[in-house]
Amino acid sequence: AADLAARPGALSNAGLKPTPLRDVTHYNNFYEFGLEKTDPADRSADFQPRPWTIRVDGMVAKPRTYDIDALLARPLEERIYRMRCVEAWSMVIPWIGFALRDLLAEVEPLGSAKYVAFESVVRPSQMPGQGGVLPVLDWPYVEALRLDEALHPLTILAVGLYGQTLPNQNGAPVRLVVPWKYGFKGIKSVVRIRLTDRMPRTSWNVRAPDEYGFYANVNPAVDHPRWSQASERPIGTGGFFGASRQPTLPFNGYGAQVAGLYAGMDLRRDF
Amino acid sequence: MASRRVRSAGLVRLALYGIGLVPAAVSFVQGATDRLGADPVNVFERTLGLWALRFLILSLCIAPLRDLAGINLLRYRRALGLLAFWYALFHLTAYVALDLGFDLRTLLADVTRRPFIILGMAAFTILAALAATSNGWAIRRLGRRWQALHRWVYAAAICAAIHFVLSFKVIRVETLLYGLVVAALLAFRVWRTAARRGRRRPASAAGRDGGREFPRDDAGEA
Repeated sequence: AADLAARPGALSNAGLKPTPLRDVTHYNNFYEFGLEKTDPADRSADFQPRPWTIRVDGMVAKPRTYDIDALLARPLEERIYRMRCVEAWSMVIPWIGFALRDLLAEVEPLGSAKYVAFESVVRPSQMPGQGGVLPVLDWPYVEALRLDEALHPLTILAVGLYGQTLPNQNGAPVRLVVPWKYGFKGIKSVVRIRLTDRMPRTSWNVRAPDEYGFYANVNPAVDHPRWSQASERPIGTGGFFGASRQPTLPFNGYGAQVAGLYAGMDLRRDF
Repeated sequence: MASRRVRSAGLVRLALYGIGLVPAAVSFVQGATDRLGADPVNVFERTLGLWALRFLILSLCIAPLRDLAGINLLRYRRALGLLAFWYALFHLTAYVALDLGFDLRTLLADVTRRPFIILGMAAFTILAALAATSNGWAIRRLGRRWQALHRWVYAAAICAAIHFVLSFKVIRVETLLYGLVVAALLAFRVWRTAARRGRRRPASAAGRDGGREFPRDDAGEA
């Protein structure tokens, strides 16, 4: 990872204490590299995040292909965000990136576009988890947002963390970060962004629709079928006795900014 | 001669308890000193649960080992079963104390609503009942009912194996292998029961057959 300059973003949670870098980079769910939390750090050394391009197309007036170097050359912000995994643990991560809305503005979405679909890279030769005996997920990993969610200023494409370019295990070279949603919405190593008028398929929703919804907004009132989402274990707070559960906040604490997106919706049904 | 054999079996059993508790002790010390990784409570919980299942499986291996391979380790079966119980108790305690922080409302919600948790609790409840009746007094007191009660170990194994499979977001090779081993051990029991019925003579009773197992199991315990 190379040094990456960024100015503090206005939407950053500057008051939060970030999770130690070691934990942010060695406790990851990135099934393309394996199922264990330590697999992404242990098994991603051969992954080549350069050269890299992202294709942005679909229902847009000006489809474009972005080179990663052009994305890194944009004005970048540090955004310290809470990250809440659907498995009931959480971190605070100082991301570096830019608002997805800025990128989308350049390709000019058509009036008919309602959703934004994302796709990860498929490289079984560099991503050992994409082989394996049992099919874990259908590759490529796919995720999606409603267009208004994608245009929300909190939604960023991250190209770095902790003052450096993204480590392979965190989704190099570019990933999505949507801080009010469960971590699995933050698709990693993105190669394609497509605007569409139909709700796209999303990997975990396809895998287990009763457990993982399309929206996946952090919601302490809607439990996962196998565990409560009311509270969470903060990562990296020491051994048994340093860590204590903390209550999970609606929309992961970003409710004041994003609750309006879901006005009138039943979030128990659209979980 | 006999008494020396009894004494050595006692020593082996003692060693079994000692060695059997090592994974729990090591994991606890690692967790208490922050050497269990980023999510120590979760790793500790999973380690304890996995060893409970392992000892449960080992205790179920004793009968087929004797019947199929002629290796008689019956006198160690109780120790293996009790180790499974202790690990299940540690696992449950870690969940309630370290993970939930004694949040009894969440615990109650979990135990009443979630099949994943209910299966784990069912396995633990059975193991607790079996552990409580694993002493000589209960064995004499319960007589033939003791056998019937201790057959519930199969239900505990089924619940524990499914609980283990459900503890991950996706089906893993490892969890399937454990499930297959449990299934094979249960299939052996079904086969053995059918085989015994097939060759049962009028005078011989299943009771005698089954009853034979137990004094051996208890040999040297008193």
